[in-house]
Amino acid sequence: MSAAVSFAPRRGWSFRQPSVIPGFGLTLGFTLTYFSLIILIPLLALAIRSAGLGPEGFWKAATDARVLGSLRVSFVTALIAAGVNVVFGTLIAWVLVRYRFPGRRIFDAIIDLPFALPTAVAGIALTAIYAPNGTIGALFAPLGWRIAYTPSGIVIAMIFIGLPFVVRTIQPILEEVSHEVEEASATLGASRFQTITRIILPSLTPAILTGFALAFARGVGEYGSIIFIAGNIPFVSEIAPLLIYIRLQEFNYVGATVIATVMLLLSFALLFVINLIQAWSRRRYGYGSN
Amino acid sequence: MAATKLRARVHRRVSPTSESPLVQWTLIGIALLFMAVILLLPLYAVFHEAFVKGVGAFFAALGERDAQAAIRLTLLVAAIAVPLNVVFGLAASWAIAKFEFKGKAFLITLIDLPFSVSPVISGLVYVLLFGAGSFLGPFLKSYGIEVLFALPGIVLATIFVTFPFVARELIPLMQDQGTGDEEAALSLGANGWQTFWRVTLPNIKWGLLYGVLLCNARAMGEFGAVAVVSGKIRGQTTTMPLQVEMLYNEYNAAAAFALASLLALLALVTLVLKTALEWRFGDEIAAGGGH
Repeated sequence: MSAAVSFAPRRGWSFRQPSVIPGFGLTLGFTLTYFSLIILIPLLALAIRSAGLGPEGFWKAATDARVLGSLRVSFVTALIAAGVNVVFGTLIAWVLVRYRFPGRRIFDAIIDLPFALPTAVAGIALTAIYAPNGTIGALFAPLGWRIAYTPSGIVIAMIFIGLPFVVRTIQPILEEVSHEVEEASATLGASRFQTITRIILPSLTPAILTGFALAFARGVGEYGSIIFIAGNIPFVSEIAPLLIYIRLQEFNYVGATVIATVMLLLSFALLFVINLIQAWSRRRYGYGSN
Repeated sequence: MAATKLRARVHRRVSPTSESPLVQWTLIGIALLFMAVILLLPLYAVFHEAFVKGVGAFFAALGERDAQAAIRLTLLVAAIAVPLNVVFGLAASWAIAKFEFKGKAFLITLIDLPFSVSPVISGLVYVLLFGAGSFLGPFLKSYGIEVLFALPGIVLATIFVTFPFVARELIPLMQDQGTGDEEAALSLGANGWQTFWRVTLPNIKWGLLYGVLLCNARAMGEFGAVAVVSGKIRGQTTTMPLQVEMLYNEYNAAAAFALASLLALLALVTLVLKTALEWRFGDEIAAGGGH
Protein backbone atom coordinates (compact mmCIF):
# COMPACT_ATOMS: atom_id res chain seq x y z
CA MET A 1 0.00 0.00 0.00
CA SER A 2 2.75 2.42 0.93
CA ALA A 3 4.38 1.80 -2.43
CA ALA A 4 1.21 2.60 -4.32
CA VAL A 5 0.68 5.76 -2.29
CA SER A 6 4.23 7.00 -2.75
CA PHE A 7 4.09 6.48 -6.51
CA ALA A 8 0.78 8.25 -6.87
CA PRO A 9 1.21 11.97 -7.52
CA ARG A 10 0.22 13.83 -4.38
CA ARG A 11 -1.30 16.74 -6.26
CA GLY A 12 -5.07 17.15 -6.68
CA TRP A 13 -5.47 14.94 -9.76
CA SER A 14 -4.60 11.29 -10.03
CA PHE A 15 -5.81 8.75 -12.55
CA ARG A 16 -6.79 6.24 -9.94
CA GLN A 17 -7.10 5.89 -6.23
CA PRO A 18 -4.50 3.70 -4.54
CA SER A 19 -5.46 0.11 -3.79
CA VAL A 20 -3.79 -3.05 -2.47
CA ILE A 21 -5.46 -5.19 -5.10
CA PRO A 22 -3.14 -6.16 -7.96
CA GLY A 23 -3.84 -6.46 -11.66
CA PHE A 24 -5.12 -2.99 -12.51
CA GLY A 25 -2.67 -2.43 -15.35
CA LEU A 26 -3.15 -5.91 -16.79
CA THR A 27 -6.96 -5.95 -16.71
CA LEU A 28 -7.54 -2.37 -17.80
CA GLY A 29 -4.87 -2.72 -20.49
CA PHE A 30 -6.47 -5.88 -21.83
CA THR A 31 -9.94 -4.33 -21.66
CA LEU A 32 -8.93 -1.25 -23.62
CA THR A 33 -6.90 -3.22 -26.19
CA TYR A 34 -9.69 -5.72 -26.82
CA PHE A 35 -12.29 -2.96 -26.99
CA SER A 36 -10.16 -1.00 -29.47
CA LEU A 37 -9.53 -3.98 -31.73
CA ILE A 38 -13.07 -5.34 -31.80
CA ILE A 39 -15.26 -2.24 -31.48
CA LEU A 40 -13.40 1.06 -31.75
CA ILE A 41 -11.18 0.55 -34.81
CA PRO A 42 -13.95 -1.03 -36.92
CA LEU A 43 -16.33 1.81 -36.00
CA LEU A 44 -13.59 4.32 -36.80
CA ALA A 45 -13.14 2.67 -40.18
CA LEU A 46 -16.80 3.44 -40.82
CA ALA A 47 -16.41 7.04 -39.65
CA ILE A 48 -13.32 7.59 -41.80
CA ARG A 49 -15.01 6.16 -44.90
CA SER A 50 -17.94 8.44 -44.22
CA ALA A 51 -15.82 11.52 -43.65
CA GLY A 52 -13.91 10.78 -46.85
CA LEU A 53 -17.03 11.52 -48.86
CA GLY A 54 -17.10 15.16 -47.84
CA PRO A 55 -20.26 16.92 -46.67
CA GLU A 56 -21.64 17.33 -50.18
CA GLY A 57 -21.11 13.75 -51.29
CA PHE A 58 -22.47 12.48 -47.97
CA TRP A 59 -25.59 14.65 -48.20
CA LYS A 60 -26.22 13.56 -51.78
CA ALA A 61 -25.97 9.87 -50.89
CA ALA A 62 -27.99 10.26 -47.68
CA THR A 63 -30.87 12.06 -49.39
CA ASP A 64 -31.19 9.49 -52.17
CA ALA A 65 -34.92 8.79 -52.56
CA ARG A 66 -34.65 5.06 -51.85
CA VAL A 67 -32.48 5.70 -48.76
CA LEU A 68 -34.97 8.21 -47.37
CA GLY A 69 -37.78 5.78 -48.17
CA SER A 70 -36.12 2.95 -46.24
CA LEU A 71 -35.35 5.20 -43.27
CA ARG A 72 -38.97 6.37 -43.24
CA VAL A 73 -40.25 2.77 -43.28
CA SER A 74 -37.86 1.79 -40.46
CA PHE A 75 -38.67 4.74 -38.24
CA VAL A 76 -42.44 4.78 -38.72
CA THR A 77 -42.84 1.04 -38.13
CA ALA A 78 -40.47 1.14 -35.13
CA LEU A 79 -42.45 4.04 -33.62
CA ILE A 80 -45.75 2.18 -33.99
CA ALA A 81 -44.30 -1.06 -32.61
CA ALA A 82 -42.70 0.72 -29.64
CA GLY A 83 -46.03 2.44 -28.95
CA VAL A 84 -47.89 -0.88 -28.93
CA ASN A 85 -45.18 -2.39 -26.73
CA VAL A 86 -45.40 0.45 -24.21
CA VAL A 87 -49.14 -0.14 -23.74
CA PHE A 88 -49.01 -3.93 -23.50
CA GLY A 89 -45.55 -4.04 -21.89
CA THR A 90 -46.73 -1.79 -19.05
CA LEU A 91 -49.84 -3.92 -18.61
CA ILE A 92 -47.79 -7.14 -18.57
CA ALA A 93 -45.28 -5.70 -16.09
CA TRP A 94 -48.18 -4.60 -13.87
CA VAL A 95 -49.87 -8.00 -14.01
CA LEU A 96 -46.62 -9.88 -13.35
CA VAL A 97 -45.60 -7.67 -10.41
CA ARG A 98 -48.94 -7.03 -8.71
CA TYR A 99 -51.10 -10.10 -9.26
CA ARG A 100 -50.73 -13.74 -8.28
CA PHE A 101 -52.09 -16.34 -10.71
CA PRO A 102 -51.16 -19.88 -11.73
CA GLY A 103 -48.23 -19.98 -14.15
CA ARG A 104 -47.08 -16.46 -13.31
CA ARG A 105 -43.41 -17.38 -13.01
CA ILE A 106 -43.48 -19.31 -16.29
CA PHE A 107 -44.98 -16.35 -18.12
CA ASP A 108 -42.41 -14.14 -16.44
CA ALA A 109 -39.63 -16.34 -17.83
CA ILE A 110 -41.22 -16.46 -21.31
CA ILE A 111 -40.90 -12.65 -21.58
CA ASP A 112 -37.20 -13.14 -22.38
CA LEU A 113 -37.91 -15.48 -25.31
CA PRO A 114 -37.19 -12.79 -27.95
CA PHE A 115 -33.73 -12.31 -26.39
CA ALA A 116 -32.99 -16.02 -26.63
CA LEU A 117 -34.68 -17.00 -29.89
CA PRO A 118 -32.46 -16.36 -32.94
CA THR A 119 -33.96 -13.60 -35.07
CA ALA A 120 -34.02 -15.68 -38.25
CA VAL A 121 -36.06 -18.35 -36.47
CA ALA A 122 -38.49 -15.72 -35.18
CA GLY A 123 -38.69 -14.29 -38.69
CA ILE A 124 -39.75 -17.48 -40.46
CA ALA A 125 -42.09 -18.45 -37.61
CA LEU A 126 -43.86 -15.08 -37.69
CA THR A 127 -44.12 -15.29 -41.46
CA ALA A 128 -45.72 -18.74 -41.20
CA ILE A 129 -48.29 -17.41 -38.72
CA TYR A 130 -49.17 -14.13 -40.43
CA ALA A 131 -49.03 -15.25 -44.06
CA PRO A 132 -52.49 -15.25 -45.73
CA ASN A 133 -52.75 -19.02 -45.12
CA GLY A 134 -51.26 -18.90 -41.60
CA THR A 135 -53.03 -19.25 -38.25
CA ILE A 136 -53.60 -15.53 -37.76
CA GLY A 137 -53.12 -14.35 -41.31
CA ALA A 138 -56.14 -16.45 -42.35
CA LEU A 139 -58.31 -14.59 -39.81
CA PHE A 140 -57.49 -11.22 -41.33
CA ALA A 141 -57.26 -12.19 -45.00
CA PRO A 142 -61.08 -12.24 -45.49
CA LEU A 143 -61.18 -8.68 -44.10
CA GLY A 144 -58.76 -7.62 -46.81
CA TRP A 145 -55.98 -6.97 -44.30
CA ARG A 146 -52.75 -8.60 -45.36
CA ILE A 147 -50.20 -8.64 -42.55
CA ALA A 148 -47.22 -10.60 -43.88
CA TYR A 149 -45.36 -9.02 -46.82
CA THR A 150 -46.64 -5.53 -45.88
CA PRO A 151 -45.51 -2.87 -43.36
CA SER A 152 -47.96 -4.44 -40.86
CA GLY A 153 -45.72 -7.50 -40.85
CA ILE A 154 -42.71 -5.33 -40.01
CA VAL A 155 -44.60 -3.89 -37.04
CA ILE A 156 -45.50 -7.40 -35.82
CA ALA A 157 -41.85 -8.51 -35.95
CA MET A 158 -40.75 -5.35 -34.12
CA ILE A 159 -43.40 -5.89 -31.43
CA PHE A 160 -42.00 -9.40 -30.92
CA ILE A 161 -38.38 -8.33 -30.52
CA GLY A 162 -39.10 -5.13 -28.56
CA LEU A 163 -41.53 -6.44 -25.91
CA PRO A 164 -38.94 -7.65 -23.35
CA PHE A 165 -37.16 -4.28 -23.41
CA VAL A 166 -40.31 -2.52 -22.17
CA VAL A 167 -41.36 -5.17 -19.63
CA ARG A 168 -37.88 -5.63 -18.19
CA THR A 169 -37.35 -1.88 -17.82
CA ILE A 170 -40.66 -1.24 -16.04
CA GLN A 171 -40.77 -4.36 -13.85
CA PRO A 172 -37.98 -3.52 -11.36
CA ILE A 173 -39.23 0.06 -10.96
CA LEU A 174 -42.77 -1.11 -10.34
CA GLU A 175 -41.45 -3.43 -7.63
CA GLU A 176 -39.74 -0.45 -5.99
CA VAL A 177 -42.74 1.89 -5.99
CA SER A 178 -43.61 2.02 -2.33
CA HIS A 179 -46.98 0.87 -1.12
CA GLU A 180 -47.19 3.68 1.41
CA VAL A 181 -47.83 6.38 -1.17
CA GLU A 182 -50.68 4.30 -2.56
CA GLU A 183 -52.12 3.85 0.92
CA ALA A 184 -51.73 7.56 1.60
CA SER A 185 -53.50 8.34 -1.66
CA ALA A 186 -56.34 5.95 -0.78
CA THR A 187 -56.77 7.31 2.76
CA LEU A 188 -56.95 10.83 1.33
CA GLY A 189 -60.00 9.74 -0.62
CA ALA A 190 -58.60 9.04 -4.07
CA SER A 191 -60.29 6.34 -6.07
CA ARG A 192 -58.16 3.44 -7.22
CA PHE A 193 -58.24 4.86 -10.75
CA GLN A 194 -56.99 8.23 -9.52
CA THR A 195 -54.22 6.57 -7.50
CA ILE A 196 -53.04 4.66 -10.55
CA THR A 197 -53.15 7.53 -13.02
CA ARG A 198 -51.89 10.26 -10.67
CA ILE A 199 -49.52 8.43 -8.32
CA ILE A 200 -48.24 5.22 -9.89
CA LEU A 201 -48.05 6.05 -13.59
CA PRO A 202 -46.11 9.32 -13.09
CA SER A 203 -43.44 7.48 -11.09
CA LEU A 204 -43.22 4.90 -13.88
CA THR A 205 -42.89 7.53 -16.60
CA PRO A 206 -39.06 7.48 -16.78
CA ALA A 207 -39.06 3.68 -17.04
CA ILE A 208 -41.80 3.74 -19.66
CA LEU A 209 -39.90 6.33 -21.70
CA THR A 210 -36.68 4.34 -21.39
CA GLY A 211 -38.45 1.16 -22.43
CA PHE A 212 -39.98 2.97 -25.39
CA ALA A 213 -36.58 4.29 -26.48
CA LEU A 214 -34.91 0.89 -26.10
CA ALA A 215 -37.66 -0.92 -28.03
CA PHE A 216 -37.60 1.79 -30.69
CA ALA A 217 -33.81 1.62 -31.07
CA ARG A 218 -33.90 -2.16 -31.30
CA GLY A 219 -36.70 -2.02 -33.86
CA VAL A 220 -34.90 0.45 -36.11
CA GLY A 221 -31.75 -1.69 -36.17
CA GLU A 222 -33.49 -5.07 -36.41
CA TYR A 223 -32.85 -7.17 -39.51
CA GLY A 224 -33.22 -10.94 -39.08
CA SER A 225 -36.79 -11.22 -37.88
CA ILE A 226 -38.08 -8.60 -40.33
CA ILE A 227 -36.73 -9.50 -43.75
CA PHE A 228 -38.77 -12.69 -44.04
CA ILE A 229 -42.10 -11.08 -43.17
CA ALA A 230 -41.58 -7.65 -44.73
CA GLY A 231 -42.00 -8.26 -48.45
CA ASN A 232 -39.04 -5.91 -48.99
CA ILE A 233 -40.60 -3.67 -51.61
CA PRO A 234 -38.58 -0.43 -52.04
CA PHE A 235 -40.38 2.67 -50.67
CA VAL A 236 -43.10 0.48 -49.10
CA SER A 237 -41.64 -2.27 -46.93
CA GLU A 238 -37.87 -2.03 -47.38
CA ILE A 239 -36.14 -1.31 -44.05
CA ALA A 240 -32.86 0.62 -43.75
CA PRO A 241 -30.73 -2.32 -42.51
CA LEU A 242 -31.88 -4.34 -45.53
CA LEU A 243 -30.87 -1.52 -47.88
CA ILE A 244 -27.39 -1.55 -46.28
CA TYR A 245 -27.23 -5.27 -47.01
CA ILE A 246 -28.39 -4.78 -50.61
CA ARG A 247 -25.82 -2.00 -51.19
CA LEU A 248 -23.09 -4.32 -49.89
CA GLN A 249 -24.19 -7.10 -52.23
CA GLU A 250 -23.84 -4.57 -55.08
CA PHE A 251 -20.35 -3.68 -53.79
CA ASN A 252 -21.67 -0.15 -53.32
CA TYR A 253 -19.69 0.41 -50.11
CA VAL A 254 -20.27 4.18 -50.21
CA GLY A 255 -24.04 3.74 -50.24
CA ALA A 256 -23.90 1.21 -47.39
CA THR A 257 -21.57 3.40 -45.32
CA VAL A 258 -23.78 6.47 -45.61
CA ILE A 259 -26.97 4.68 -44.47
CA ALA A 260 -25.04 3.03 -41.63
CA THR A 261 -23.63 6.39 -40.49
CA VAL A 262 -27.05 8.04 -40.46
CA MET A 263 -28.48 5.12 -38.46
CA LEU A 264 -25.55 5.09 -36.02
CA LEU A 265 -25.82 8.83 -35.38
CA LEU A 266 -29.52 8.46 -34.68
CA SER A 267 -29.06 5.51 -32.34
CA PHE A 268 -26.27 7.30 -30.45
CA ALA A 269 -28.59 10.28 -30.08
CA LEU A 270 -31.22 7.91 -28.69
CA LEU A 271 -28.69 6.43 -26.29
CA PHE A 272 -27.92 9.95 -25.11
CA VAL A 273 -31.62 10.67 -24.58
CA ILE A 274 -32.00 7.42 -22.60
CA ASN A 275 -29.12 8.45 -20.35
CA LEU A 276 -30.73 11.86 -19.83
CA ILE A 277 -34.02 10.21 -18.84
CA GLN A 278 -32.17 7.95 -16.40
CA ALA A 279 -30.32 10.86 -14.82
CA TRP A 280 -33.53 12.88 -14.56
CA SER A 281 -35.33 9.90 -13.05
CA ARG A 282 -32.60 9.40 -10.43
CA ARG A 283 -32.77 13.07 -9.47
CA ARG A 284 -36.56 13.19 -9.44
CA TYR A 285 -37.43 9.84 -7.88
CA GLY A 286 -34.18 8.62 -6.38
CA TYR A 287 -34.03 5.51 -8.48
CA GLY A 288 -33.67 4.48 -12.08
CA SER A 289 -33.12 1.36 -14.04
CA ASN A 290 -29.65 0.75 -15.25
CA MET B 1 -76.85 -6.38 0.01
CA ALA B 2 -74.39 -4.08 1.70
CA ALA B 3 -73.67 -6.69 4.32
CA THR B 4 -72.93 -9.44 1.81
CA LYS B 5 -70.76 -7.07 -0.16
CA LEU B 6 -68.82 -6.19 2.94
CA ARG B 7 -68.43 -9.84 3.89
CA ALA B 8 -67.24 -10.68 0.41
CA ARG B 9 -64.68 -7.93 0.67
CA VAL B 10 -63.39 -9.08 4.00
CA HIS B 11 -63.32 -12.63 2.77
CA ARG B 12 -61.35 -11.83 -0.37
CA ARG B 13 -59.25 -9.19 1.34
CA VAL B 14 -59.65 -6.57 -1.35
CA SER B 15 -57.74 -3.63 0.02
CA PRO B 16 -58.20 -0.06 -1.18
CA THR B 17 -54.74 -0.36 -2.73
CA SER B 18 -55.74 -3.22 -4.99
CA GLU B 19 -58.24 -3.81 -7.75
CA SER B 20 -61.42 -5.86 -7.67
CA PRO B 21 -61.03 -9.51 -8.72
CA LEU B 22 -63.01 -8.82 -11.88
CA VAL B 23 -60.59 -6.08 -12.96
CA GLN B 24 -57.62 -8.20 -11.95
CA TRP B 25 -58.68 -11.19 -13.98
CA THR B 26 -59.57 -9.03 -16.99
CA LEU B 27 -56.10 -7.48 -16.95
CA ILE B 28 -54.44 -10.86 -16.42
CA GLY B 29 -56.49 -12.25 -19.32
CA ILE B 30 -55.47 -9.45 -21.69
CA ALA B 31 -51.79 -9.73 -20.71
CA LEU B 32 -51.67 -13.50 -21.08
CA LEU B 33 -53.55 -13.45 -24.37
CA PHE B 34 -51.10 -10.89 -25.76
CA MET B 35 -48.13 -12.95 -24.59
CA ALA B 36 -49.65 -16.14 -25.99
CA VAL B 37 -50.19 -14.60 -29.43
CA ILE B 38 -46.96 -12.62 -29.65
CA LEU B 39 -44.51 -14.95 -27.87
CA LEU B 40 -45.87 -18.49 -27.58
CA LEU B 41 -47.52 -18.86 -30.97
CA PRO B 42 -44.26 -18.31 -32.94
CA LEU B 43 -42.50 -20.82 -30.70
CA TYR B 44 -45.25 -23.36 -31.31
CA ALA B 45 -45.19 -22.62 -35.05
CA VAL B 46 -41.47 -23.48 -35.29
CA PHE B 47 -41.96 -26.99 -33.89
CA HIS B 48 -45.24 -27.52 -35.70
CA GLU B 49 -43.76 -26.62 -39.09
CA ALA B 50 -40.63 -28.67 -38.38
CA PHE B 51 -42.66 -31.87 -38.04
CA VAL B 52 -45.34 -31.08 -40.61
CA LYS B 53 -43.86 -33.58 -43.04
CA GLY B 54 -43.29 -36.22 -40.40
CA VAL B 55 -40.48 -37.30 -38.13
CA GLY B 56 -38.61 -38.99 -40.99
CA ALA B 57 -38.38 -35.78 -43.02
CA PHE B 58 -37.30 -33.92 -39.89
CA PHE B 59 -34.31 -36.17 -39.27
CA ALA B 60 -33.50 -36.38 -42.98
CA ALA B 61 -33.29 -32.58 -43.08
CA LEU B 62 -30.96 -32.52 -40.08
CA GLY B 63 -28.81 -35.27 -41.59
CA GLU B 64 -28.13 -33.30 -44.79
CA ARG B 65 -24.43 -32.67 -45.38
CA ASP B 66 -24.88 -28.88 -45.53
CA ALA B 67 -27.01 -28.86 -42.38
CA GLN B 68 -24.35 -30.86 -40.57
CA ALA B 69 -21.66 -28.45 -41.76
CA ALA B 70 -23.75 -25.51 -40.57
CA ILE B 71 -24.20 -27.06 -37.12
CA ARG B 72 -20.46 -27.71 -36.86
CA LEU B 73 -19.60 -24.15 -37.96
CA THR B 74 -22.05 -22.63 -35.46
CA LEU B 75 -20.57 -24.68 -32.61
CA LEU B 76 -17.04 -23.75 -33.69
CA VAL B 77 -17.79 -20.03 -33.89
CA ALA B 78 -19.43 -20.04 -30.45
CA ALA B 79 -16.52 -22.06 -29.04
CA ILE B 80 -14.11 -19.31 -30.12
CA ALA B 81 -16.21 -16.20 -29.54
CA VAL B 82 -17.70 -17.01 -26.13
CA PRO B 83 -14.42 -17.81 -24.29
CA LEU B 84 -12.81 -14.65 -25.69
CA ASN B 85 -15.70 -12.55 -24.42
CA VAL B 86 -15.50 -14.35 -21.07
CA VAL B 87 -11.84 -13.38 -20.69
CA PHE B 88 -12.71 -9.82 -21.67
CA GLY B 89 -15.69 -9.77 -19.28
CA LEU B 90 -13.54 -10.95 -16.38
CA ALA B 91 -10.77 -8.45 -17.13
CA ALA B 92 -13.16 -5.53 -17.60
CA SER B 93 -15.18 -6.27 -14.48
CA TRP B 94 -12.02 -6.71 -12.40
CA ALA B 95 -10.65 -3.35 -13.54
CA ILE B 96 -13.98 -1.57 -13.16
CA ALA B 97 -15.29 -3.14 -9.95
CA LYS B 98 -12.10 -3.43 -7.91
CA PHE B 99 -10.57 -0.02 -8.66
CA GLU B 100 -11.58 3.61 -8.68
CA PHE B 101 -10.29 5.52 -11.69
CA LYS B 102 -11.20 8.46 -13.86
CA GLY B 103 -13.52 7.81 -16.76
CA LYS B 104 -14.98 4.63 -15.31
CA ALA B 105 -18.61 5.54 -16.02
CA PHE B 106 -17.69 6.38 -19.59
CA LEU B 107 -15.96 3.02 -20.01
CA ILE B 108 -19.10 1.21 -18.78
CA THR B 109 -21.16 3.10 -21.35
CA LEU B 110 -18.67 2.18 -24.10
CA ILE B 111 -18.88 -1.51 -23.24
CA ASP B 112 -22.63 -1.40 -23.89
CA LEU B 113 -22.11 0.29 -27.25
CA PRO B 114 -22.50 -2.83 -29.45
CA PHE B 115 -26.07 -3.23 -28.16
CA SER B 116 -27.09 0.02 -29.84
CA VAL B 117 -25.50 -0.85 -33.18
CA SER B 118 -27.68 -2.59 -35.76
CA PRO B 119 -26.39 -6.13 -36.43
CA VAL B 120 -26.03 -5.35 -40.13
CA ILE B 121 -23.76 -2.42 -39.25
CA SER B 122 -21.73 -4.69 -36.95
CA GLY B 123 -20.99 -6.80 -40.00
CA LEU B 124 -20.52 -3.83 -42.31
CA VAL B 125 -17.67 -2.34 -40.26
CA TYR B 126 -15.61 -5.49 -40.81
CA VAL B 127 -16.37 -5.44 -44.53
CA LEU B 128 -15.04 -1.89 -44.64
CA LEU B 129 -11.99 -2.89 -42.59
CA PHE B 130 -11.07 -6.07 -44.45
CA GLY B 131 -12.93 -5.89 -47.78
CA ALA B 132 -11.75 -4.88 -51.23
CA GLY B 133 -10.56 -1.28 -51.24
CA SER B 134 -9.43 -1.44 -47.62
CA PHE B 135 -5.83 -1.38 -46.49
CA LEU B 136 -5.88 -4.48 -44.29
CA GLY B 137 -7.75 -6.89 -46.57
CA PRO B 138 -5.30 -7.07 -49.50
CA PHE B 139 -2.36 -6.97 -47.05
CA LEU B 140 -3.59 -10.05 -45.15
CA LYS B 141 -4.56 -11.71 -48.40
CA SER B 142 -0.95 -11.46 -49.62
CA TYR B 143 -0.06 -13.64 -46.62
CA GLY B 144 -2.83 -16.08 -47.47
CA ILE B 145 -5.17 -14.97 -44.67
CA GLU B 146 -8.80 -14.57 -45.66
CA VAL B 147 -10.94 -12.69 -43.17
CA LEU B 148 -14.10 -11.90 -45.11
CA PHE B 149 -16.26 -14.72 -46.39
CA ALA B 150 -14.32 -17.04 -44.07
CA LEU B 151 -14.20 -18.16 -40.45
CA PRO B 152 -12.25 -15.17 -39.01
CA GLY B 153 -14.82 -12.68 -40.29
CA ILE B 154 -17.72 -14.70 -38.89
CA VAL B 155 -15.96 -14.98 -35.52
CA LEU B 156 -15.17 -11.23 -35.43
CA ALA B 157 -18.76 -10.26 -36.23
CA THR B 158 -20.03 -12.68 -33.59
CA ILE B 159 -17.63 -11.29 -30.98
CA PHE B 160 -18.82 -7.76 -31.82
CA VAL B 161 -22.51 -8.47 -31.24
CA THR B 162 -21.94 -10.58 -28.10
CA PHE B 163 -19.24 -8.28 -26.71
CA PRO B 164 -21.14 -6.79 -23.70
CA PHE B 165 -23.01 -9.86 -22.39
CA VAL B 166 -20.51 -11.27 -19.85
CA ALA B 167 -19.04 -7.92 -18.81
CA ARG B 168 -22.38 -6.25 -18.11
CA GLU B 169 -23.48 -9.22 -16.01
CA LEU B 170 -20.28 -9.25 -13.94
CA ILE B 171 -19.67 -5.52 -13.44
CA PRO B 172 -22.69 -4.74 -11.20
CA LEU B 173 -22.26 -8.07 -9.40
CA MET B 174 -18.59 -7.45 -8.57
CA GLN B 175 -19.27 -3.82 -7.67
CA ASP B 176 -21.89 -5.08 -5.24
CA GLN B 177 -19.45 -7.50 -3.65
CA GLY B 178 -16.80 -4.86 -3.08
CA THR B 179 -13.15 -5.58 -2.37
CA GLY B 180 -13.29 -6.91 1.22
CA ASP B 181 -12.85 -10.59 0.37
CA GLU B 182 -9.92 -9.91 -1.93
CA GLU B 183 -8.19 -7.65 0.61
CA ALA B 184 -8.58 -10.35 3.27
CA ALA B 185 -7.06 -12.99 0.97
CA LEU B 186 -4.17 -10.71 0.05
CA SER B 187 -3.45 -9.80 3.67
CA LEU B 188 -3.33 -13.53 4.48
CA GLY B 189 -0.55 -13.93 1.95
CA ALA B 190 -2.33 -15.03 -1.23
CA ASN B 191 -0.96 -13.60 -4.47
CA GLY B 192 -3.12 -11.98 -7.15
CA TRP B 193 -3.86 -15.11 -9.16
CA GLN B 194 -4.63 -17.19 -6.06
CA THR B 195 -7.00 -14.46 -4.91
CA PHE B 196 -8.76 -14.47 -8.27
CA TRP B 197 -9.07 -18.25 -8.61
CA ARG B 198 -9.94 -19.09 -5.00
CA VAL B 199 -11.85 -16.03 -3.80
CA THR B 200 -13.24 -13.91 -6.63
CA LEU B 201 -14.17 -16.65 -9.10
CA PRO B 202 -16.17 -18.74 -6.58
CA ASN B 203 -18.00 -15.55 -5.59
CA ILE B 204 -19.07 -14.76 -9.13
CA LYS B 205 -19.45 -18.24 -10.65
CA TRP B 206 -23.24 -18.20 -10.99
CA GLY B 207 -23.27 -14.68 -12.40
CA LEU B 208 -20.55 -15.71 -14.84
CA LEU B 209 -22.53 -18.77 -15.93
CA TYR B 210 -25.57 -16.53 -16.42
CA GLY B 211 -23.59 -14.19 -18.68
CA VAL B 212 -22.10 -17.11 -20.61
CA LEU B 213 -25.58 -18.55 -21.24
CA LEU B 214 -26.88 -15.31 -22.74
CA CYS B 215 -23.66 -14.72 -24.67
CA ASN B 216 -23.75 -18.24 -26.11
CA ALA B 217 -27.42 -18.03 -27.15
CA ARG B 218 -26.75 -14.83 -29.07
CA ALA B 219 -23.49 -16.17 -30.54
CA MET B 220 -25.17 -19.26 -31.95
CA GLY B 221 -28.24 -17.38 -33.14
CA GLU B 222 -26.70 -14.24 -34.64
CA PHE B 223 -27.97 -13.59 -38.13
CA GLY B 224 -27.61 -10.02 -39.44
CA ALA B 225 -23.95 -9.40 -38.64
CA VAL B 226 -22.87 -12.85 -39.80
CA ALA B 227 -24.98 -12.63 -42.98
CA VAL B 228 -22.97 -9.57 -44.05
CA VAL B 229 -19.49 -11.07 -43.57
CA SER B 230 -20.10 -14.73 -44.39
CA GLY B 231 -20.57 -14.62 -48.16
CA LYS B 232 -22.94 -17.58 -47.62
CA ILE B 233 -20.82 -20.23 -49.29
CA ARG B 234 -22.91 -23.37 -48.93
CA GLY B 235 -21.40 -25.97 -46.63
CA GLN B 236 -18.46 -23.70 -45.79
CA THR B 237 -19.46 -20.32 -44.36
CA THR B 238 -23.12 -20.81 -43.58
CA THR B 239 -23.93 -20.94 -39.88
CA MET B 240 -27.22 -22.48 -38.73
CA PRO B 241 -29.29 -19.27 -38.94
CA LEU B 242 -27.89 -18.59 -42.44
CA GLN B 243 -28.65 -22.14 -43.51
CA VAL B 244 -32.21 -21.65 -42.24
CA GLU B 245 -32.53 -18.57 -44.43
CA MET B 246 -31.11 -20.35 -47.50
CA LEU B 247 -33.44 -23.32 -47.16
CA TYR B 248 -36.41 -21.05 -46.57
CA ASN B 249 -35.66 -18.94 -49.64
CA GLU B 250 -35.37 -22.14 -51.69
CA TYR B 251 -38.97 -22.95 -50.69
CA ASN B 252 -37.73 -25.84 -48.58
CA ALA B 253 -39.69 -24.64 -45.56
CA ALA B 254 -39.85 -28.01 -43.80
CA ALA B 255 -36.05 -28.37 -43.78
CA ALA B 256 -35.66 -24.71 -42.76
CA PHE B 257 -38.00 -25.21 -39.80
CA ALA B 258 -36.30 -28.49 -38.87
CA LEU B 259 -32.98 -26.69 -38.48
CA ALA B 260 -34.74 -23.71 -36.88
CA SER B 261 -36.30 -26.03 -34.30
CA LEU B 262 -32.81 -26.93 -33.07
CA LEU B 263 -32.11 -23.22 -32.53
CA ALA B 264 -35.49 -22.82 -30.83
CA LEU B 265 -34.60 -25.74 -28.59
CA LEU B 266 -31.35 -23.98 -27.72
CA ALA B 267 -33.35 -20.86 -26.86
CA LEU B 268 -35.68 -22.88 -24.63
CA VAL B 269 -32.80 -24.61 -22.84
CA THR B 270 -31.18 -21.20 -22.35
CA LEU B 271 -34.40 -19.78 -20.89
CA VAL B 272 -34.89 -22.75 -18.56
CA LEU B 273 -31.30 -22.64 -17.26
CA LYS B 274 -31.43 -18.86 -16.94
CA THR B 275 -34.69 -19.02 -14.98
CA ALA B 276 -33.36 -21.84 -12.82
CA LEU B 277 -30.28 -19.73 -12.01
CA GLU B 278 -32.48 -16.75 -11.14
CA TRP B 279 -34.69 -18.81 -8.82
CA ARG B 280 -31.90 -20.74 -7.15
CA PHE B 281 -29.10 -18.17 -7.01
CA GLY B 282 -30.95 -14.87 -7.48
CA ASP B 283 -28.84 -13.03 -4.90
CA GLU B 284 -25.59 -14.35 -6.31
CA ILE B 285 -26.29 -13.35 -9.89
CA ALA B 286 -26.83 -9.62 -9.77
CA ALA B 287 -28.64 -6.89 -7.95
CA GLY B 288 -30.03 -5.54 -11.20
CA GLY B 289 -30.09 -8.61 -13.42
CA GLY B 290 -31.90 -8.46 -16.74
CA HIS B 291 -30.49 -6.93 -19.86
